[in-house]
Amino acid sequence: MPSVLGYADPLTVAPGEDIRFMVGTLDGPRRYRAEIVRLVNGDTGPDSPGLKTVHLPTSIDGEHEGVPQHIDAGSYVIVEHPQAFGALFRYTLQAFIQPTRVPIRPKPARQVIMGTWAEDQGTGFALMLDETGALTFLLDGTVVSTRIPLTARRWYHVGAAVDLAAETVTLCQTPLADHAPSLERPISVTASFRGTPAPRGEFFLGAARRAVEDGRLRTMWHFNGKIDRPSLARRALTPAEMQVAATAPSTLLPAEDAFGLWDFAADMSSDHVTDRSPAGLHGRTVNAPKRAVTGHNWNGTEMDWRRAPQQYGAMHFHDDDLYDAGWRPSLTTTIPPDARSGVYALRLQADGGPDFWAVFYVRPPRGGRRAPVAFLASTATYLAYSNYRARMRPGPAELYIGALPVVDPTDLLLMHHPELGGSTYDTHSDGSGVCHVSWRRPILNVRPTGRLWNLFLDFCLLDWLEAHDQPYDVITDDDLHTEGRALLADYKVILTGCHPEYYSREMLDALAGYLGRGGRLMYMGGNGFYWRVSYPSAHPGMIEVRRAEDGTRAWAEAVGEYYHSSTGEYGGLWRRQGRAPNALAGVGFVAQGFDRSSYYRRTTASRNPRARFIFDGVEDEILGDFGLAWGGAAGLELDAFNPGLGSPPWALVVASSEEHSNAFQLVNEEMNVSFAGSDGRFSPAVRADMVFYEHPGGGAVFSTGSIAYVGSLAHQGYANNVSRLTLNVLRRFLDPTPFAAP
Amino acid sequence: MFTIDPRRTDLALEFKRRPFGPHSPELQAVLNVLRSSRHCQDLLLVCTRPHAEWQLAEKQPYGQPPRLMPGAVFTSLEAAEWHAFQMRWEAVTGQAMPALDGE
Repeated sequence: MPSVLGYADPLTVAPGEDIRFMVGTLDGPRRYRAEIVRLVNGDTGPDSPGLKTVHLPTSIDGEHEGVPQHIDAGSYVIVEHPQAFGALFRYTLQAFIQPTRVPIRPKPARQVIMGTWAEDQGTGFALMLDETGALTFLLDGTVVSTRIPLTARRWYHVGAAVDLAAETVTLCQTPLADHAPSLERPISVTASFRGTPAPRGEFFLGAARRAVEDGRLRTMWHFNGKIDRPSLARRALTPAEMQVAATAPSTLLPAEDAFGLWDFAADMSSDHVTDRSPAGLHGRTVNAPKRAVTGHNWNGTEMDWRRAPQQYGAMHFHDDDLYDAGWRPSLTTTIPPDARSGVYALRLQADGGPDFWAVFYVRPPRGGRRAPVAFLASTATYLAYSNYRARMRPGPAELYIGALPVVDPTDLLLMHHPELGGSTYDTHSDGSGVCHVSWRRPILNVRPTGRLWNLFLDFCLLDWLEAHDQPYDVITDDDLHTEGRALLADYKVILTGCHPEYYSREMLDALAGYLGRGGRLMYMGGNGFYWRVSYPSAHPGMIEVRRAEDGTRAWAEAVGEYYHSSTGEYGGLWRRQGRAPNALAGVGFVAQGFDRSSYYRRTTASRNPRARFIFDGVEDEILGDFGLAWGGAAGLELDAFNPGLGSPPWALVVASSEEHSNAFQLVNEEMNVSFAGSDGRFSPAVRADMVFYEHPGGGAVFSTGSIAYVGSLAHQGYANNVSRLTLNVLRRFLDPTPFAAP
Repeated sequence: MFTIDPRRTDLALEFKRRPFGPHSPELQAVLNVLRSSRHCQDLLLVCTRPHAEWQLAEKQPYGQPPRLMPGAVFTSLEAAEWHAFQMRWEAVTGQAMPALDGE
């Protein structure tokens, strides 16, 4: 496994601009070698073009001393008003909570709901769940517990009334009535308790302080689950008063008692946490807990948090949430002004392990000359898949792949270091879906090695462009989201990657606008333009995904939580939101399978004079019965033509794939009622359609409809029918002669 | 529920000859059992030398790393698939894979 990891900031940089790299070791100090390379092709194996890199000389070249850098995964809220929480003699902590991991396995651990506990100092107080999952109060190392574990995914009102003058602590643990039957009863425990008031300290919701090391706050005992309306009262409430709070619509305190009344429904799209009490003890979130989640009083009458914010007063915390690893910069340099646009990486090499690649992108010079072609790197999709570990966890992966999942030692590192965070294909440790991912951490699977997928497979396209001496720029989804159509305007042709699956509204609008003004789009993959993502402005480098309602989902979004917290947008498939990929690309996702790829057969429409340029010099009926991506050009994920979903009726389906394996199944959004015979052996709907259409704006679109397609370009020294027809399309698309709609 | 007939070694032979589909419907039924039965380990392959060597491993619960299976090292994906097939065949049917006709 690699022992030196890193990540770049920023992700996209222009020549002449600075870039910095955060590099850390996992096993103590060690020397490492570093260099920046432009990536042309990945390590596709001995019978292929193989790994191709071009060294970019910079000040980084050479050996460096690496030091460990830690990652504290786990989300929480911190209230940085330490003086406010010291010397409290009488107080009450209350919240509605829905724990989701009770107890924690395999190693039981405490989970803090709120408090000031500082492990390094052995001081502070905390209302928490103990190792068994029972409600517990901790002060100066002494605990009082209800000794009755809470039930996972059930709402409770919990409270601790502390009176150090009277030397008592009262704990209340009250299950809330909901639609599920329960035998649990309210519990109230009053215990004698001798203690001294805790000293001043930061107040946490969802974690405790572990220590401050090297100037960095480290945390522990992260809470898994939802916390709603946490509050702190400046006196010890009676059990009866806490019972009233448990049954009230919210834990509202009399103004004279409130000393912290945090309203998670406010500032939903930011990291700000508002205190509604007169004390004004505002806080901030760390590591992006999930907001816009249903609260204890959500009753199903509203699904949109903006319409009923009072029912969305909770945050969902996870012990493996991660937004920003926060590593110190280790290496900085300036990208040379004459560096060409491309996909680059900081290559890190240390003895005893494989290379690590911290990938970044060099865009063309700002305001400078553009190549005629732009490769639009699917950085939103790369990010959605970043640190993907689901294939290494128990589950049905082998059944939908149609073969044993294959990983490598770099992938395994994710299982040894869960603090690296997951992908949007993973679930958190409590089983809920990962809906936030960010670049601000080491990413282990965006590289020119490993699984032939996403960027690794996209290199087959870049290598093919280089093999044909075709100048190109590299631009990214992230920049497309930010800059819109202006980023595309100067290019004659935009080439997507093999799997541009995740798209924001801004990105879709930019592509549509580009086509509307005569642009030419070559959609070089499958399952593109599928999920809606948003880029939270409060968390640069992060995307949000809500897997709502329908689709081929690694997990299903929680009911009532379909709207993004960052933008208020309705999450899920673009197909379910009036913007099916078919309307843009002419095709849309229909099937997937991962054991063996197949081929296309030309259709009669391929003889249409409008398509003649595509097949100039191509005599074969069978196209792409070869390739690096599991042996064929039609495979992995497939798209088909469907006017019912918006495919332009005048589009030509010039080839369609056939003879797919049993592993290829029609996706669930293609069937309203499950039915037999929906796999590649039986269903003609399981196919990739290669489509061309003239856009009314004077441009055109060519779509391959298959992720595996680009893996066939290099076959026989780039001299094959897939390569030829792709080159035919590219050359015609570069020709400024407008396309006339039929 | 469908059960595997251990006499149908012809299906095992079909898999050995072509471990990656398309498969006959009967073989696919066998694979559905072998890849999902609770008697079968939840397996994956770890590529220990790029394009050259793979080791079988078993997935673990609670987010723990897969357990590498000592000695289960292969120089092709096809050989690894065949090994896993035989292992699971025996676990499900209770009978070791016999020598196959035609091999």
